[in-house]
Amino acid sequence: MKHVISILLENEAGALSRVAGLFSARGYNIQALTVAPTEDPTLSRMTLTTVGNERQIEQIIKQLNKLIDVVKVVDLTEGAHYAVEVMLVKLRAVGPQREEFKRLADIFEARIVDVTPTTYTLQLLGDSSTLDRLLENVPNDYILETVRSGAVGVQHGDKFLHV
Amino acid sequence: MELTGAQIVIKFLEDEGVEHIWGYPGGAVLPIYDALDTDAEKLQHILVRHEQAAVHAADGYARSTGKPGVVLVTSGPGATNAVTGIATAYMDSIPLVVLTGQVPTGMIGLDAFQEVDTVGVTRPIVKHNFLVKDVNDLAMTLKKAFHIATTGRPGPVVVDIPKDVQTATSDYEYPQEVKLRSYQPVTKGHSGQIRRAVDMMLEAERPIFYVGGGVVLDDASEQLTALARKLGYPVTTTLMALGAYPASDRQWLGMLGMHGTYEANLAMHHADTLIAIGARFDDRVTGNIERFCPNAKIIHVDIDPASISKNVQVDIPIVGSVRSVLEDMNHLLDRQLEKGVAPDEEKLKAWWDQIEQWRAVDCLKYGPSVGQIKPQAAVEAVWKVTNGDAFVTSDVGQHQMYAAQYYRFDKPRRWINSGGLGTMGFGLPAAMGVALAHPDETVVCITGEGSIQMNIQELSTCLQYGFPVKIVNLNNGFLGMVRQWQELFYERRYSMSYMDSLPDFVALAEAYGHVGVRIEKPEELESKLAEAFAMKDRLVFIDIQVEKAENVYPMIPAGAGQDEMILV
Repeated sequence: MKHVISILLENEAGALSRVAGLFSARGYNIQALTVAPTEDPTLSRMTLTTVGNERQIEQIIKQLNKLIDVVKVVDLTEGAHYAVEVMLVKLRAVGPQREEFKRLADIFEARIVDVTPTTYTLQLLGDSSTLDRLLENVPNDYILETVRSGAVGVQHGDKFLHV
Repeated sequence: MELTGAQIVIKFLEDEGVEHIWGYPGGAVLPIYDALDTDAEKLQHILVRHEQAAVHAADGYARSTGKPGVVLVTSGPGATNAVTGIATAYMDSIPLVVLTGQVPTGMIGLDAFQEVDTVGVTRPIVKHNFLVKDVNDLAMTLKKAFHIATTGRPGPVVVDIPKDVQTATSDYEYPQEVKLRSYQPVTKGHSGQIRRAVDMMLEAERPIFYVGGGVVLDDASEQLTALARKLGYPVTTTLMALGAYPASDRQWLGMLGMHGTYEANLAMHHADTLIAIGARFDDRVTGNIERFCPNAKIIHVDIDPASISKNVQVDIPIVGSVRSVLEDMNHLLDRQLEKGVAPDEEKLKAWWDQIEQWRAVDCLKYGPSVGQIKPQAAVEAVWKVTNGDAFVTSDVGQHQMYAAQYYRFDKPRRWINSGGLGTMGFGLPAAMGVALAHPDETVVCITGEGSIQMNIQELSTCLQYGFPVKIVNLNNGFLGMVRQWQELFYERRYSMSYMDSLPDFVALAEAYGHVGVRIEKPEELESKLAEAFAMKDRLVFIDIQVEKAENVYPMIPAGAGQDEMILV
């Protein structure tokens, strides 16, 4: 099952590679990873999407907690949460497909953020499965480039990840 | 007071109470070596002949004392040579602080002479590591390193110090305290869980204590022994925990696992309650994980939450210092016993009767030494000659297993071996560390002709510092454990397991300025060993020609269940 794990870590050189190294050394899988500083410049917030059964995820959380640079870890998927991801997708928009892609953008409420006579760049913000669905609706040979941020998320309500 | 980074290192180590440091100089640590010469008051540096040996020596020092071992090496090859030692300590959770020199900060990343990304190279084999970029952070970083290495589940910490940081100056004050918001290891166990565990223990019909190295690391032997004796339950110890429970005690069933005893492995297999203390369910212990302790409820006490339910799901996990948890358990048990709640005597007797039947198989018996010395007999003779009270280090292979099986340890921290990583070349340098820490004790390195050659250059260090180690070389002319596996599992194709062109170890020892003794005949084994061990102040290299084809038994083949042992 897919899990979205939120990590608060020291904003130190090498902290990211400790997390990435842990995953490769122990054979865990990383589907997506996103990291940036928080309002407190000494802390970074990392969101990591991984796949595993319950025991694997439990081990991942324990091993993450063991890293000295990791301050806090929460598996967002364990409870109610809100997660969102950004995607930019550049499409070859020519012939009848040009109009079709415009319609597709409208349906998904994606913004067209860059236009040339032969291309559209769509920007879509949503949960990861919505992003997947948009891509499923575009024939592969029309996709010039896709870039996704990986999910970021927060727990529902008054639960939060803070020092 | 204003000091250079190099002076801060020396001053800090002295303020931290470090008495000994193992190392080897080189370009990127010259300022620290200079400060050692000019500033050190009490700190003693021991110059090894290879950086790997520096780390193993510090490791042996740490294992035999409980104090952190400290190492100083240069950048690049100095650091990479130290890697095997660091990984060895990491796998066995040994507290070390390894200081490495680094090229000046301005040259990092430029492929400078003797540059290697030490923090990157060592990252997967350390508890934590640091690159110090600012001399003002140096003292606090060193403090953090010692704090992290020695608390929680111990382990090695590397501090990489660029040369310009060593020469830059800063105000120095010894940091009395250290705070790490992301590192607060649990010490006290959960009281509710401990109560449940004690109840489960008291209800057990076929219980067994499965004791690991954590009991040695946390100096909890006394508490463990008290608990086991009050309950009257059998105890088995892992390779890492030999001596944590006295081997001479009737309740001890011997070591468990791949080369463990018949009674220990079968008791594990048939147990209904497994009390795991400071152990980590390593594959050499569990064998086939699907067949591991099929009938047992499991209590698992460990300082490291990640060790719990990693390989085997447990019923009552308790995270905490094993000593503290064992103290709590003893306390609770005393109250229960006072109330008259006690183990079912009849069922416990039936369990012991069963165990005694297994024990009667006498799985460690071996044939007489006819013409040739049996390696088992050699270890037993060493045990006799040293009154079972020596510090014994070992390398890796058959001799290690013979030492574990036939040297019966009654005290913790006396058995020093590389259990997790299985590092050949560990024994001699580790023995130097033990000898330095315990100058009045007998220190034996039980080794083989393969392993000893992996760090034999340290004979020179031993002469320089007068380490009177007794090296017992079980020489069978084979990489014995490799040969054994080839015999059993590779249709006797002895690919590269024969050692040809061996040196004359007696002459070699003498060339290094030590005493060499060769023992070839069974009838002279004990007398010659006694003579060798009587030379208290000398290193004696005892080359024992042992039977070439002897195998280590019992054995659970890799992947087999605990009840599928090969006995002879």
